[in-house]
Amino acid sequence: MANQMPADRGQTSQTKARPHRRKGLGPMAKKEARLAFQMLLPTFAIVLAIVLIPLLANFWISFKPVKLADLRPPAPVVSERVRGDMSVAGAAFTIEYRLRGSSQSRPIKDIELVDTLPAGVTLLALDPACTANGNQILCTVELLEPGERKTLVLNAVGDDAFSAEPVSPRVSKPEISGFAENVLTSNEFTLDNFKRIFNATEFWNVLWVTMAYTIFGTIGALLFGMFAAQLLNTAFVGRPILRGLFLFPYVAPVIAVAFTWVVLLDPFSGTFNAILVRMNVTEAGINFFGQRMAEFNFFGLVVPFPLALSSVIAFEIWRYFPLSFLFILARMQSISTDMYEAAEVDGATPMQQFWHISLPQLMGILSTLFLLRFIWTFNKFDDIFLLTGGAAGTRTLTVDVYEQAFAVSNLGAGAAVAVVIFIALLLFAFFFFRFMNREES
Amino acid sequence: MRIGLGFLLAIFTGALWGMIALVLVGIALTMVTGLPGTPVVFSGIVAGAASGATISFRPAAQRSRGLAIAAFFITMLALLASALMMPFSLPLSEAPFVQGLAIALFGLSVTGGTWVCLRGIEPGANSRYKRETLLVRVFKGVGFIFFTSIVVLPFYVMVMTSLKSQQQLLLNPMDLSINLSQGPEALFRSYVELFTQFNFGRFLLVSTVVSMLTVVITLAFSIPGAYAVSRLRFPGRDLLSRSVLLIYMVPAIVLVIPLYAVFSQLGLRNSLTGLLIIYPATTVPVALYMLQGYFKGLPPELEEAGLMDGLNRIGVIFKITLPLALPALASVSLYVFMIAWNEFLFAFMFLDDPAIFTLSRGVVSLNSSEVPRQHLMAGAVVATIPIMVIFLWFERFLVQGLTAGSVKG
Repeated sequence: MANQMPADRGQTSQTKARPHRRKGLGPMAKKEARLAFQMLLPTFAIVLAIVLIPLLANFWISFKPVKLADLRPPAPVVSERVRGDMSVAGAAFTIEYRLRGSSQSRPIKDIELVDTLPAGVTLLALDPACTANGNQILCTVELLEPGERKTLVLNAVGDDAFSAEPVSPRVSKPEISGFAENVLTSNEFTLDNFKRIFNATEFWNVLWVTMAYTIFGTIGALLFGMFAAQLLNTAFVGRPILRGLFLFPYVAPVIAVAFTWVVLLDPFSGTFNAILVRMNVTEAGINFFGQRMAEFNFFGLVVPFPLALSSVIAFEIWRYFPLSFLFILARMQSISTDMYEAAEVDGATPMQQFWHISLPQLMGILSTLFLLRFIWTFNKFDDIFLLTGGAAGTRTLTVDVYEQAFAVSNLGAGAAVAVVIFIALLLFAFFFFRFMNREES
Repeated sequence: MRIGLGFLLAIFTGALWGMIALVLVGIALTMVTGLPGTPVVFSGIVAGAASGATISFRPAAQRSRGLAIAAFFITMLALLASALMMPFSLPLSEAPFVQGLAIALFGLSVTGGTWVCLRGIEPGANSRYKRETLLVRVFKGVGFIFFTSIVVLPFYVMVMTSLKSQQQLLLNPMDLSINLSQGPEALFRSYVELFTQFNFGRFLLVSTVVSMLTVVITLAFSIPGAYAVSRLRFPGRDLLSRSVLLIYMVPAIVLVIPLYAVFSQLGLRNSLTGLLIIYPATTVPVALYMLQGYFKGLPPELEEAGLMDGLNRIGVIFKITLPLALPALASVSLYVFMIAWNEFLFAFMFLDDPAIFTLSRGVVSLNSSEVPRQHLMAGAVVATIPIMVIFLWFERFLVQGLTAGSVKG
């Protein structure tokens, strides 16, 4: 991004300098614009379908009483039975269709049942719901209440040929269809989801955890990145190797590194705990990802300490410091060495050079990084989910979406949390744009 | 010779190095050999202080090679004497060769580190400039060790754990030594089992295919888009080129519920087609952003010449723009490949059928109490190695991609 910013800037000033824009487009320009839109169409389409519409769909779902199970729409179920002896010529037998709905909570409307009788069977009496056309039977049921069972009875008799070699009417399976209102598309709305999430005391705790995770994770990653960049700013023999090495945590798949941390910090078989015990730092292994609070004895002063949350933040810093490192290093190497040489001549000490030359030059990239990383840490789901599953006081808003929607199976409540996230993001985006505008001017 | 604050600083510097070096050497010793040793930190401090004192005994300009050798031996002697001949809480008769090596390594690193830090630092009074130089050197040294350790340790543990058995792990979690005498079959048992019993060959194939197709689809969508944004004039262009990154700020978890609902109803949920719709949708905006930045940097005169010579737009893109933009295409492809390969959330939420698991999803399925830990770590290694090979091979392109893609986390 840093590389691209100057190009963007140039572009904006060019566009502003163009006078003919206000006058409407000429035929050539129209053709060019049409071509441009055609080329952008696939991108628009996929982004609209997979990102923007789902984003808005969250608002819709958050006002719906929809559970995970409701995604499978209710359907009518039929079982067919035959009573009586079909092998006696001229003896009547009955065919029964037993209907019920698959859902215990929602009705099914306009049910249609179609079946074909075997050849040689004559219908004697029909259920009032049914009509026959030759061997075709069509039955319609207007409404099936939740839990209601309905039986349709048909009387029939077979001819001699049929009785000699009876074919059960069950051989041809009845086809059944019905219409049930989908909760997702119905007119049923509710505020329960929002009441539910805002009333839970846990929710405010979730907000606090999210803020702590985001702020400390972002600042930590920035500071570590800056420290690492300072180390590699001067040229030495192993620098390319170390630079590649420092990027490992960021490049490796999240599942691999998250599970490695879980194994590494395991209280019983984890290497890190074994090292701590061996160095006499603790007596027994520490359950880094499972213990909500730890008490920290600081010269007799007992300080409570959110252990699992801190471990998760430590992971976040470890995994994302490489990104800040990469950017800050790139920026540092573009600072002209003249300034440092002049400072050396003037007798500035290393710390003074850092505070008065490097840091002011880095402020731009640091604030951009802070903003971007802040948003991305706020959005982070995978890491916490894999490390703790949101247990032990590490549940952030994003993990809460998963918990509500899929662990408690309440899609509506999950969407309500997603809406909260979305609104927070709108705020961030607002700051982001204001900040970008200021940067450019 | 005046002895003053500089001498004291030298002792502190040495003591710090002594402490760090003894702890690290001790841990390394335990990990490599499996011996239950505990480094005596106090002795490390004493030995380091002795080293600092020896070096700082002479003014900066008069430190000879002989002094370095003397400091080296004094350091080791101080270590042995203050720890009563047991610097790792082990009698020296146990694995004497390795312990001797460890002690020599300790002496060398402490003397070397202290020597470098104290270069130009006088035993007496020093200027503020020199004092800060010393501080910066110490910080840098500690930083190098710290960052290298925190990066290397998890990956080292990942690889080593995958090569051990559950009993060995529980018996001594610090023992990461490898018993080479058991032969390659026993050593790589968890890998063999992953590929024979856990179907990892298939996961590897699925991940490769999905990632590659994601790259192809992303490029097919983003190249025309990026070209339009960078070269063609149309109303709303500036807004578009800036807001495209905003799409990138939308968290996947917010999209999961609606997509889950809709894809379930369409029957796309438990299918690779579903993933191949979602992955490109999330990567196209950033690919477009990266490519348009690069396209803008290409000289438009070349393309205009192409148009003059009778090529149409598509011809210009294929024959002029794309060949010139190959490095950018490589960066974008590698970056998108990495995102698709590492993607976890959608694979986890959408895939139920083990026949179409991606590697991420496959490794998650190993995370149960019934599957031993070394299988989980072996799975992690299998998922990591391809992306690491690509990273190391194409580091320049991928780093460019990371910097241009900037924010994806």
